[in-house]
Amino acid sequence: MKDRMEKKGFFAKLRDGLTKTRNNITSRVDELVKYYREIDDDFFEELEETLIMADVGIHTTEEIMNYIRDKVREEKIGDVSRIKDLLKEKIISILEEGSRKPELAGPTVMLVVGVNGVGKTTTIGKLASRFCREGKQVIIAAADTFRAAAGEQLEIWSKRAGASIIRHKEGADPAAVVFDAIQSAKSKKADILLCDTAGRLHNKKNLMNELEKISRIIDREFPEAHKEVLLVVDATTGQNAIAQAAQFRESVGITGIALTKLDGTAKGGVVVAVKSRLNIPIYYIGVGEQEDDLHPFDPEDFASALFDS
Amino acid sequence: MAFESLADKLQSALKKLTGKGRLNEKDVKEAMREVRLALLEADVNFMVVRDLIKKITQRAVGSEIMESLTPGQQVIKIVNEELTALMGGTQSKVVMASKPPTILMLVGLQGSGKTTHAGKLANYFRKQGKNPLLVACDIYRPAAIKQLQVVGDKVDTPVFELGQEDPVHIVRKALEYAKENQHDMVLVDTAGRLHINEELMNELISIKSAVQPHEILLVVDAMTGQDAVNVAQAFNEQLGIDGLILTKLDGDTRGGAALSARAVTGKPVKFVGMGEKLDDLEVFHPDRMASRILGMGDVLTIIEKAQASIDLKKAEEMERKLRTQTFTLDDYLDQLEQIKSMGSMQDILAMIPGMNSSKLGGLKIDEKQIPRTQAIIQSMTPRERLNPSIINASRRKRIAAGSGTRIQDVNQLLKSYEELKRMMKQMTDMSKGKGRRGRMKFPFM
Ligand SMILES: Nc1nc2c(ncn2[C@@H]2O[C@H](COP(=O)(O)OP(=O)(O)OP(=O)(O)O)[C@@H](O)[C@H]2O)c(=O)[nH]1
Ligand SMILES: [Mg+2]
Repeated sequence: MKDRMEKKGFFAKLRDGLTKTRNNITSRVDELVKYYREIDDDFFEELEETLIMADVGIHTTEEIMNYIRDKVREEKIGDVSRIKDLLKEKIISILEEGSRKPELAGPTVMLVVGVNGVGKTTTIGKLASRFCREGKQVIIAAADTFRAAAGEQLEIWSKRAGASIIRHKEGADPAAVVFDAIQSAKSKKADILLCDTAGRLHNKKNLMNELEKISRIIDREFPEAHKEVLLVVDATTGQNAIAQAAQFRESVGITGIALTKLDGTAKGGVVVAVKSRLNIPIYYIGVGEQEDDLHPFDPEDFASALFDS
Repeated sequence: MAFESLADKLQSALKKLTGKGRLNEKDVKEAMREVRLALLEADVNFMVVRDLIKKITQRAVGSEIMESLTPGQQVIKIVNEELTALMGGTQSKVVMASKPPTILMLVGLQGSGKTTHAGKLANYFRKQGKNPLLVACDIYRPAAIKQLQVVGDKVDTPVFELGQEDPVHIVRKALEYAKENQHDMVLVDTAGRLHINEELMNELISIKSAVQPHEILLVVDAMTGQDAVNVAQAFNEQLGIDGLILTKLDGDTRGGAALSARAVTGKPVKFVGMGEKLDDLEVFHPDRMASRILGMGDVLTIIEKAQASIDLKKAEEMERKLRTQTFTLDDYLDQLEQIKSMGSMQDILAMIPGMNSSKLGGLKIDEKQIPRTQAIIQSMTPRERLNPSIINASRRKRIAAGSGTRIQDVNQLLKSYEELKRMMKQMTDMSKGKGRRGRMKFPFM
């Protein structure tokens, strides 16, 4: 396996990832601040555009803009540079309100779900190596028995991380894989069981039923374990991420989101909308394809990274 | 999450407008607010939306509201037409190389669906009697080669791979292999990459210059948001793409990314992915995509029906007359009235089954000529109108005097009328598939 990018330090990469995300909004806001001396309708309109271009979406953008308009009126703000702070404040408050972090004390099962190609398997690889580095005993269930070579892909990741893996043949019942993995996790007293699942579109009833079955197996076979359900969202996704989150939540009860591919030019602003409308917190961000390209999500840091230059 | 549909919003925004006539600026502006929101909600890129709204507004303001439509429906009709036009022509095909093998190369971001679609294309072309070869150039992602092999197996297509060798070397060897083994198509699967990763973009450029693919297809996830323009533009500028494949359209995304990518690259969507199975590949229908983005297929169907029922009646009547060669000068006069009240004759002609507006080319009607033509016809006796062949020299003189025109004008009109009749006959023949295209000229052009 060739190393596709030069090896960089963990923090350097994280910073790069966040900087790219941040620069896009920040530089535009800075530009705006420079350009407009007065807060007028045009200014608000352009600010709105900035949020829309970050995929925040119409509804949440309006929510944020109303907040800012109110503030400006109430506090009689005449200084455009204050807007940046207001924007940041508002986004932090949306992201922070009633937020949670993943609970990883005691035996934990983490079910990883999402639509096709968002980065579920890679995120599991990254999580596994992270947990292994922390000295945890990790088992991975290869419950994507559908996609071609999904098992092989996960096997390579498990070796990299030093986690064990439970695999069945391609086409096997994914619930059976999870069942076996739970028995293995119990007998080995593993700390974390990570379950990879096949990518599926949230509007496919039969595939969602299959996922619900897997979820029920976990509840029934491993009630003593804490259960997390991680929805993986690709940062390039637009407003459909809201429908994804809503649908997966209805089926299997999402506890947190991993936002991947933030190393690109997409800003991933749709998670602000997901948080605002569905109150699903973001747990992790993915900023590359290597094992250490995963970082815990922190609302304050994230919002700061978005708006501080 | 019940999104109020654009149709509902437009309907309520324009409810107070029950009157007919022309759309005024205020109505249009109000409607455009809703259209803008709907397009943004559908993930059409912000800049693309801005351009579109401008264009639609220009067209809508002052436009005639059709007999059978409400103002809201009229706006929707215009929006839909503009969207469809922007989406490009129907069903762009892959052009086969004159000297096989035809080389296709799939490129795109990580997770967009390249490998699956390489398999789907292999399947698609096999069914057309081709003998494709799949080439595994994703040397980075764990088990990517294995994935392509499994896919290739399922569609009965061999996969050329050299493990983790340099992709440029792999494609060169693959091309040699294809020629030796009578493969008339080579489908190259490449690794997913970010458009801002210089090193990996250069790799694609090297592959391109090594084997000169006939088509480079950018694979785009239909759920992509505002970033679609950046991705499409970067791939197109750096690599030069020939078309788009839009994947995962079996989901419930509106798919505005299709419009964005198309708008910034000018390259057509050639295929859409409609599922995970390897025969879930379809050709692209711009009109379906347009109504999907607007999220109002039902309303469009209603509009189409309303429109069709009134215009088709006219068109059918006219077609009957043309076919039976009973298109008289009275009918001609009628047509002129309608042109004044309805907008255009092209629309009516376009309704003739088998006829489409492209056949009518740059048909443009000079409205200033219409009153004079009308005056001439009105100066004719009913018998003359019904049977123009009886109009001899003295009758021409009388008609010219009666209509305040010159004899040449009357001659010109009669000539044009004959020409129109001939041309229309030719068009109906053509629509039945037996004629050839001729130059068309309207008498009042
Ligand atoms: N640039 C970048 N690429 C990523 C990131 N996370 C995942 N990827 C890439 O995205 C592609 C798809 O990732 P997978 O992990 O296979 O996605 P998946 O959700 O398991 O896919 P399916 O199982 O096929 O539904 C791979 O090429 C990954 O290397 C990220 O944070 N940044
Ligand atoms: Mg996977």
